[in-house]
Amino acid sequence: MDRFRMIFQYFQSNSESVMNGICGLLALASVKMYTSFDFSCPCLPQYNMAYGLGVMFIPPIILFLCGLILNRQSLVMLEEWRRPQGHRKKDLAVIRYMCSSILQRAMVAPVVWIIVTLLDGKCLICAFSGSVDPEKFVGFANVSTVQVQQLLAKVPCKDEELMRNSTSRKAVSRYLRCCSQALGWSILLILIIAAFLARWLRPCFNQATLLQARHWSNYIDMEQKIFEEACCEHSRLFAHKCILHFFESVRQEIKLHSFSLPREGEQDEGEEDLLQGITDQDQVNKLLKTWYYEKPPLDVSQAHQR
Amino acid sequence: MDKFRMIFQFFQSNQESFMNGICGIMALASTQMYSAFDFNCPCLPHYNLAYGLGILLVPPFILFLLGFVLNNNISMLAEEWRRPQGQRGKDPAVLRYMFCSMAQRAMIAPAVWVSVTLLDGKCFTCAFCTSVPVESLGNASHPHLSQGEIQQVLARIPCKEIYNGQQLIANEVAVRYLRCISQALGWCFVLLMTTLAFLVRSLRPCFSQAAFLKSRYWSHYIDIERKLFDETCAEHARSFAKVCIQQFFEGMSTDLVAARCHLPRKAPADAGEAAEKLLGITDQGTMNMALKSWHRCKPALHLHPPALPTGNGWAGEGQPPMYPSAPRRETAAYYSWV
Repeated sequence: MDRFRMIFQYFQSNSESVMNGICGLLALASVKMYTSFDFSCPCLPQYNMAYGLGVMFIPPIILFLCGLILNRQSLVMLEEWRRPQGHRKKDLAVIRYMCSSILQRAMVAPVVWIIVTLLDGKCLICAFSGSVDPEKFVGFANVSTVQVQQLLAKVPCKDEELMRNSTSRKAVSRYLRCCSQALGWSILLILIIAAFLARWLRPCFNQATLLQARHWSNYIDMEQKIFEEACCEHSRLFAHKCILHFFESVRQEIKLHSFSLPREGEQDEGEEDLLQGITDQDQVNKLLKTWYYEKPPLDVSQAHQR
Repeated sequence: MDKFRMIFQFFQSNQESFMNGICGIMALASTQMYSAFDFNCPCLPHYNLAYGLGILLVPPFILFLLGFVLNNNISMLAEEWRRPQGQRGKDPAVLRYMFCSMAQRAMIAPAVWVSVTLLDGKCFTCAFCTSVPVESLGNASHPHLSQGEIQQVLARIPCKEIYNGQQLIANEVAVRYLRCISQALGWCFVLLMTTLAFLVRSLRPCFSQAAFLKSRYWSHYIDIERKLFDETCAEHARSFAKVCIQQFFEGMSTDLVAARCHLPRKAPADAGEAAEKLLGITDQGTMNMALKSWHRCKPALHLHPPALPTGNGWAGEGQPPMYPSAPRRETAAYYSWV
């Protein structure tokens, strides 16, 4: 539990950490989504390619958009980009920095999906089984063109009657899976080398500008959060004053309308103060009715003057 | 337990986080409901479509309404919408903001249900199995069957055990075809929803940021004000009850003293707090009478002001003030039905 709390606190400690956390969660969600998705290739000539490529590319777009939506900093960046200049100049380097950091984090989950798809191989087998050269495989070599397309389209479906024990089907399947996995590993290698170079070579170029951009982007984010908290605190105090002022005005109205003598003598100060002069059922009902029918104006300046 | 408490505290830290938490729980509940639901296609020509589309569309509607019901801001919105104007103007922008944010959160669980249903494929297969293109997928040269009979055969596609149309069209081919279309629709639906959410979220800062900040502030204000008012009323009710009960006990003890014609006993100076708390009721009979009176004749909801201090009636710190008993009786009788 302690370890969990520590991890939780670490991620909450600053907004970059929160975003890294969300990024990681999305990547895990992406893997989980792939494993729970029941891939079923249609095994029909025109539909295979559309289905295979669709499953390979549409979920990454969805994950990318989710990465942008869930990232709070994207809103902050848009606001900073679109705000009127006012008294504060806009620094394009900061906006560019924020944009690039948002895009980098949003790209992680889609890339994870594509790599997992390629390493698994089902998508590529489904999409490209019809594009394989039939001459290379014994079972498909001497078949008519139309029929060969139909047969090749059925390769991804292991349970298909015609294909169940066909060695040519297994050969095509293995071939495509090998290509798919090779492609997957190559892409992974290229991306990791690119990330490594980017991170290693960055200090050689514009380090000072980078530090400035990062500082001011953190500042803008922090300022936004603190403004929201200040607004919450302010509205709480405003509401408190407004309600006290309301109770006071109801009490005064009751005093005006009733003919009871003003109370003298020692009062049980603790409780009577809390009662705010409202001491019977009718008065309470009147107070609640007034609260609904005539909410007090949003103006507590009179409360200060009292 | 500690982990749950921490997660719970994180979500309770502010109202929006709490609402997001409920939204996430409902989305999970939606997937759980789907996997626990035992889908049973009727495999009859006209019933399939109704059943399949019913399962696809009715639970999302229920989840949408449930999303509104579970959102405790709905009563706040209704109250703000229907209240008389009084001294405080009404801002339609605030009402729109509140409604939009509630509707957005309520839409998530239904969208999850529809996506999961389409990606799984059973509903769609059941609903549209009679529309499978037999000419392109099946055996067009099959002995001629009437349209109705073909429909009957196709309707049994989802039920593999009773399917008897293997010569017309292979069951696996039809199921794969329908499932492929269902999954394609599912992914397109998810893409559409995500794109809409993205556009809504990203276009707002470009167009109406100032109005948005205003609406958000005042909608939080209304929420906080309502909560503070409830808290203040609760505190008031507590004090009211305390004073009312105190006055009841004092009245009880005064009545008894008047009935027995005893002089009020002056509490000894060093009796301390315990004597004060006894409120003048010091024996079994008196206590029983007090309890009976509490049940039969609850006091009026009307707190008496403390009596003006007399010369020697205010002795001792622990001495409760005395009230004239006659008006009390009248009031009690008048309000005895309360």
